Amino acid sequence: MSRYIANTVNQQNKMLQEIGLNTLEDLFIDIPKEVRLKQNLELPKALAEMELVDHLKSLSRKNWSLEENACFLGAGVYDHFIPSVIDTLISRQEFYTAYTPYQPEISQGTLQAIFEFQTMMCELTGMDVANASMYDGASALAEAMLMACQATKRQEILVARTVHPESREVIRTYAAARGITMREIGYSNGSLDLKELESHITSTTAAILVQNPNFFGTIESLREIGEMAHSNKALFIVSADPISLGILKSPGELGADIVVGEGQSLGNPLSFGGPHLGFFCATQKLLRKMPGRIVGETKDKNGKRCFTLTIQAREQHIRREKATSNICSNHALNALTATIYLTILGKQGLQEVAYLCLQKAHYTLKQIESLKGFSPLFTAPFFKEFVVTTPISPEELNRKLLAAKIIGGYSLNKTYPELKNGWMIAVTEKRTKEEIDSLVQRVGGIR
Amino acid sequence: MRETMMKETSLIFETSQPGRQGYSLPPCDVPEIDLKQLLPEDYLRQTPPALPEVSELDTVRHFTRLSQLNYGLDSGFYPLGSCTMKYNPKVNEVISRFDGFLSIHPYQPEETVQGCLEIMFRLDKILSEITGMDRFSLQPAAGAHGELTGLLAIKAYHTHRGESKRTKIVIPDSAHGTNPASASMAGFDVVQVKSNSRGGVDLTSLREVMSDEIAGLMLTNPNTLGLFDENIKEIAEIIHKAGGLLYYDGANANAILGITRPGDMGFDVVHLNLHKTFGTPHGGGGPGSGPVGVKKDLIPFLPKPLVELRNGQYVLDDDLPLSLGKVRSFYGNFNVLIKAYSYLLSLGAEGLREISENAVLNANYLLHKLKKLFLLPYDRLCMHECVFSGLNHHDQGVAVLDIAKRLLDYGYHPPTIYFPLIVHEALMMEPTETESKETLDEFIETLYSIGEEIKNNPELVRTAPHTTPAQRPDEVGAARNPVVRWKPKIR
Repeated sequence: MSRYIANTVNQQNKMLQEIGLNTLEDLFIDIPKEVRLKQNLELPKALAEMELVDHLKSLSRKNWSLEENACFLGAGVYDHFIPSVIDTLISRQEFYTAYTPYQPEISQGTLQAIFEFQTMMCELTGMDVANASMYDGASALAEAMLMACQATKRQEILVARTVHPESREVIRTYAAARGITMREIGYSNGSLDLKELESHITSTTAAILVQNPNFFGTIESLREIGEMAHSNKALFIVSADPISLGILKSPGELGADIVVGEGQSLGNPLSFGGPHLGFFCATQKLLRKMPGRIVGETKDKNGKRCFTLTIQAREQHIRREKATSNICSNHALNALTATIYLTILGKQGLQEVAYLCLQKAHYTLKQIESLKGFSPLFTAPFFKEFVVTTPISPEELNRKLLAAKIIGGYSLNKTYPELKNGWMIAVTEKRTKEEIDSLVQRVGGIR
Repeated sequence: MRETMMKETSLIFETSQPGRQGYSLPPCDVPEIDLKQLLPEDYLRQTPPALPEVSELDTVRHFTRLSQLNYGLDSGFYPLGSCTMKYNPKVNEVISRFDGFLSIHPYQPEETVQGCLEIMFRLDKILSEITGMDRFSLQPAAGAHGELTGLLAIKAYHTHRGESKRTKIVIPDSAHGTNPASASMAGFDVVQVKSNSRGGVDLTSLREVMSDEIAGLMLTNPNTLGLFDENIKEIAEIIHKAGGLLYYDGANANAILGITRPGDMGFDVVHLNLHKTFGTPHGGGGPGSGPVGVKKDLIPFLPKPLVELRNGQYVLDDDLPLSLGKVRSFYGNFNVLIKAYSYLLSLGAEGLREISENAVLNANYLLHKLKKLFLLPYDRLCMHECVFSGLNHHDQGVAVLDIAKRLLDYGYHPPTIYFPLIVHEALMMEPTETESKETLDEFIETLYSIGEEIKNNPELVRTAPHTTPAQRPDEVGAARNPVVRWKPKIR
């Protein structure tokens, strides 16, 4: 019998006998013969545990791990420090093997952790309410767009071209499916072009979608954009970097109606792009239009405080085709990770991480711009990421840096061809002065 | 221990002490510049977010305590129907944490991520063989996300053929709520069809709704009643004849591995939940993974990018002009994909077939042993799960909800209740292959003793549970006056 199956052949026979069948084959008589498989599937042969570990180990060694290479690549996924307590705690089976908390009596751990997550997200973003998480930042933005269209009963959205290119692709997919018109608004000096925005916003605009800091790392003028949205009765949607909210004013303070974002930075490993998590916050007014799970506080029959999934009348298992979204499983374990991260870092620690990123990124730019042939593309204020032009193609530059065990920045050639040889560098608190100086030295020596 | 679990648990914010700190970060090693010179003052936050201020030990104790209020798969039997709560092998957790998998940036140059791409390439091949499909996209993050993706592929296919008038998706009344919700997100109108007396799709109703506006049919087979639709070939023929495509909701595919394949039944699109059938953990509500497989004609419409093998190198190909686009960032929940790949390699073809044989055997054993206690709406062999319809004897005003709650007192996770919607007082059990006959026998015995309690002391069951940390939370109150975040008490 294969691994992980408990019944012995003897037990199988006893059970078959009880049911009144002779063979295992008899269990499948309802499946028409013509669609039954006649032979075994053609699959790789089963591996014993030690063979399996060897095989996967050798595959993992074909990858260049950031543990051995200094990473200056960001573009939405960042190499931040992950405290040890996180993996210890999320590896508790009661967290990671449990199902969605449908039975509140035996799921108070997950439910309370989500309630704490929702609170932290509201605190960071300056919003009233939050849900239990989304798949990632991009799909959270797309869901925010759908919610805005439902709330305003309008079918047109304006999206800044400074929003992550992959997020815009996801928004485009979701919008097209629902017949929503998506217009992109350009940028000047690395931030949303307010004049272009003003000329496109109308009384049919459902929402303006921006990212802050934006894809280039630049900080947008949220207050002005929000005012423009509201004077046209459109909603203002901001996708925020949660680490930046340690020192930046919250989007809520600046007029956002919906704040979403990519939560990977909050203690989640990069994992080649997933799983990470999206967060989703809004004003109180929009609570009943939100997608996804929401945990609420209540009392049990003995009057004791407890938590439960709530406002489920929005959801697919009750509303079916009229649900606010089809999302059920979200990224609960990644949200738990974020909750533990924000707990251990706390009020002071998050500010400190943000401060270190800010200082190190500015130091790095200062060193790089002193090199011949390199200059910053924009002069607007930035947080932990910035763009410079390079004298040779960024792809070639990155290839040369690999030899020095450095993962170089993101090349804008493919996604923003108008910014020829734009090279985007991210600097987190993990990068030491030594690593930064080594990057600058290598880059300076390349011709 | 039990006693302390019954006490109210403080929120982490309530244990916070101003000035306490649990983290450590190195000092700033670059020359520091005054904040106000780096950012305009108007951008800077005046009040920091009210995050907790706690020590590392506070953090560890708090979340350890929270975990103890939970019930996991390793805690005990979890026969939650439609959720496939099988054992999650530990070796897959270890493997998925190798540095060479965790610390990889999705935008690293392709030559530095060959191991990741190879796993994705191989997993696509394995899933294709299991389902009889030609190509998989591993991008969708969950089952519902896979449904949306598969439906968008169907939409792109029809649109490309100049048939954008196909705006309707047919869904049986036994289907999961996600099916119609996904169809609606994909911009389709939903047409519902009835089930017949054997729990399958009613063919007459199906024929009646066919037209040139039909884009496809979403079907779960075995369906949510745990029954295999014997008319599957006819169903496929009816849909295809009308020009529609057949979508297989493979969220729970635990009955068909190595037994039958959606591709051979006539399905054009399939999604799988790796976090159900392929042993990856549920995480208390995700992350999952919901890959979508298609037949050859639909490959051009899959999300981009796809992994290809060219001249011995794995590459990410996003030159797919007909692609439906992207449904999320990057390439999928890669770390979940590793666990599923590892799971599949540990089983092989025979192992997979044994999984389905034992999953179906266990479900039929429960069905057979429990049909004296519960009403059976469809008395026939079931597949990986069985569905009952309330008590067989006088219920004394006890609902299946009460039975579920009473099971908590006996240390079990209850079965799914009140689903499928078409079954009155539904009780849906999915034991999975990883449980032994002894576990099932104990569970059966427990249910019979609850049956006795209902006869002799129904109040005991009606007011259950009596031993859990929380007991019958006021859900109505929670929804009426939602409190979804903590706020500091105003002094």
